[in-house]
Amino acid sequence: MTADRVRDRPDREDPILQVRNLRTVFYTDRETIRAADGVSADIYPGETLGVVGESGSGKSVTARSIMRLIDSPGQILAGSSIRYRQTETVRAYADSFSGHTAELSDVAHEVDKSAAFDQIDRTPQHFGHERPEDVPVADLVGGGYGPELGLCDEGDFVFVTDGEATRPGQIQRGFVEITALEGEAKRLMRGGRIAMIFQDPLSSLNPVFTIGNQIKESLNLHRDMRGSEATREAADLLEAVGIPDSRRRLKEYPHQFSGGMRQRAVIAMALACDPDVLICDEPTTALDVTIEAQILDLFTQLQAERDLAILFITHDMGVIANVADRVNVMYAGEMVERADVDQLFEHPRHPYTQGLLESIPGAQSGDSLSTIEGTVPTPNEPPTSCRFADRCPKAFEACREVHPVSVPANEQNDDHTAACLLYPENMSEQEAAMMHDQRNPPREESDTS
Amino acid sequence: MSQQIGTERGSTDALVQVRNLKTYYDEGGLFGGQPVRAVDGVTFNIQEGETLGLVGESGCGKSTLGRTLLQLEDATGGEILYDGEDITSYEQDELLSWRRNAQMVFQDPESSLNERMTVGEIVREPLDVHEWKTDGERRQRVQSLLETVGLQREHYYRYPHQFSGGQRQRISIARTLTLNPDFMVLDEPVSALDVSVQAEIINLLEELQAEFGLTYLFIAHDLSVVRHISDRVAVMYLGHIMEIGPTEELFADPSNPYTHALLSAIPLPDPGQERDRITLQGTPPNPRYPPNGCPFSTRCPARIRPSGYQDLDEGVWSQLNTVREVLRERQRADRTIRERIRGSLGWETRFGDMNDTITELFGEFEVPANVQEILDEVARRANENDEEAALTLLNDEFGSVCDGVDEDPEQSDSELQFYTVGSTDRKSYCHRHDSEYREPGPVIEDRSIKEHGE
Ligand code: SF4
Ligand code: SF4
Repeated sequence: MTADRVRDRPDREDPILQVRNLRTVFYTDRETIRAADGVSADIYPGETLGVVGESGSGKSVTARSIMRLIDSPGQILAGSSIRYRQTETVRAYADSFSGHTAELSDVAHEVDKSAAFDQIDRTPQHFGHERPEDVPVADLVGGGYGPELGLCDEGDFVFVTDGEATRPGQIQRGFVEITALEGEAKRLMRGGRIAMIFQDPLSSLNPVFTIGNQIKESLNLHRDMRGSEATREAADLLEAVGIPDSRRRLKEYPHQFSGGMRQRAVIAMALACDPDVLICDEPTTALDVTIEAQILDLFTQLQAERDLAILFITHDMGVIANVADRVNVMYAGEMVERADVDQLFEHPRHPYTQGLLESIPGAQSGDSLSTIEGTVPTPNEPPTSCRFADRCPKAFEACREVHPVSVPANEQNDDHTAACLLYPENMSEQEAAMMHDQRNPPREESDTS
Repeated sequence: MSQQIGTERGSTDALVQVRNLKTYYDEGGLFGGQPVRAVDGVTFNIQEGETLGLVGESGCGKSTLGRTLLQLEDATGGEILYDGEDITSYEQDELLSWRRNAQMVFQDPESSLNERMTVGEIVREPLDVHEWKTDGERRQRVQSLLETVGLQREHYYRYPHQFSGGQRQRISIARTLTLNPDFMVLDEPVSALDVSVQAEIINLLEELQAEFGLTYLFIAHDLSVVRHISDRVAVMYLGHIMEIGPTEELFADPSNPYTHALLSAIPLPDPGQERDRITLQGTPPNPRYPPNGCPFSTRCPARIRPSGYQDLDEGVWSQLNTVREVLRERQRADRTIRERIRGSLGWETRFGDMNDTITELFGEFEVPANVQEILDEVARRANENDEEAALTLLNDEFGSVCDGVDEDPEQSDSELQFYTVGSTDRKSYCHRHDSEYREPGPVIEDRSIKEHGE
């Protein structure tokens, strides 16, 4: 965040959280809404990944899927993988849930992927790749195809990729598959390793308990603290999030806090479990701008102190510019562009991002604002074209026939991708369209589950 | 305390003139106590055909002010002259016919439209109320209005739920246009909309203004929207206008400390900006208990400090401010009877020991002995549950003209007033524009350098 952004991030560490091919759908009487439709993202320790999009883009659904907060009629479909990769966590899980732990270390090299795709009714394109050998085993196993392929047992959710399942302390690499978690294993992850902060702090607070009781409950649950030790820690947490006179405040109820103070209290609660990943869904949208500034400062400070990975969801391009190291732009259920924050604002590649940035009322006055005509479509069918095509000023014929996939969109910068047929730039429109088409699942087989 | 602004511009072409307007709620209410001073004496004009932007944080009184201008709320005091006539003195029937001139658009297109009525019925309702011409003519008018706002004639027969947020806001706007108003109060009309849709509605409002010569009061918390659409801007805080003047000058070169802080808090869509953000401490005071002196004094980054403490560390000042906030909050916190009794017996209450809080706050700073002495006394008074006395002591010692403390009774008037600032007709409500003090801008800069280093 701000001045010293984590520039050296990619080589520094592995992502702590990896989302691959996430598809979360909602069933209604009339249609199936593909709220998150093939979303992939990486979040690194200590960085802030901004996810920006308008209403209906699927940004909140993505966050809630990571938290496993999707209830019926919503469902995370098979093929989706959300991997928590922090080694310490993998060790702890392998230790506690040895019956659900599988080793992928050896099998990984031996998997005949072409044969594998004959066994399941999926194509490499469903996993975002053209050839079987390009699909990582983790995507297959994480996506729930492990048992079918004989790579693990039904119900496994801890996967060791370097080390032995029987010696948890020695595990070097692996992941916990969040989409497969149930019961206690799910509870330990949600709130224990990953915490979430919502737009409305009252939705996270219980009106009949004091703030202190709620923080202490979390301390008790996740860190086994009780009594005066818990009280002291709770008071320290309130101080840490900038609530003075903390001992008195602990004894007060949510309604006795102002909006900004409530959000601080919720942040204190989230920190009580000492998470590594913090998911913030529009956490400052309901706040006034001077209070928003305080809370954004607080996030920056906490991130530096605790090396938190933050997934920050907002519709506000100004907030994104201030908090994010990298940005993913979502539109109609898909990630349409991803880039470093500077790149994104200076050289937006996707026509939607370009339109979004131009429609912000800036310093220019007098002229009428540029707009994006039309409205966001509801993603209720598997994509067979660009979902932005009806509104895109740069649309051409192929845009209505080929569904664009994420490709490199900036020759100077490998980490900058866009899902648009205009890219990669070194290809002709024709070639590019063909290339995008080949990376889509075959039309007739594309799933409607 | 009233805000006196001299006559602004030639008031000849002012469509709306507001003079020392006050709107209080719960006056002498349930507890016979303090009223909520939502609008606490504001004076300004709105020129014919202009857009006056009204900005401020929630609870600052901007919406109440907008509603009072349309007499949807009763004014507690002051005047609203519309075309020279004081509408606060209108009788009910006079008001009804006056309302044809003045309309309001609300933030939430979801709740402001009656779901059970067709779009046609919604838009023509004002015509029905005012029994305008014949049925057929009403429909004609409504259908052409739908076109004016970018919808279609056929939409007349549809229901609101068939429309998107942006379209629903267009329906609300069409409705306000039915009676050909001259003046519109737009209360956060685009806040609930997505950015791309927001831009369309702003464009529409600008087109309508040009076409029909409308005068707008545009209320919003989003400053970039206000900057785009307004000719002049008024900045409100705790029931008062802190600064008012032409948009570009006010944004480019703010004068009032609150305007400085507000502008610097906006996150701009530019990751490269290396700006020193002024992060204000605390939250706005409760308008039921405004501070003495300047309304912004509890959070002001440029607050004038008493001459005796010029060398005090920035950090200590900011913690002194926190102590004051804590005391104010303790004072207002509802206390159960049991707690009062426990307190009066000297037993522990949930309020805890103020000494601990003070130690925590000042732990990392070097506090001069004379300041520590006062803090000890403040803590003693607070521990006796006499926050009032603790606050008085703090105020007497560390307060200044900003806090309504008259350090030097010989000196001129310490009543806060408006000063003309900048090169156009701009006014700012702050003691610092008095030649006796330094201007807010440099003071804020100095203090922030002292606190954070360069
Ligand atoms: S694929 Fe075509 S329609 Fe879609 S964003 Fe690119 S140019 Fe526009
Ligand atoms: S009068 Fe004092 S407290 Fe008020 S804005 Fe000016 S400097 Fe700040």
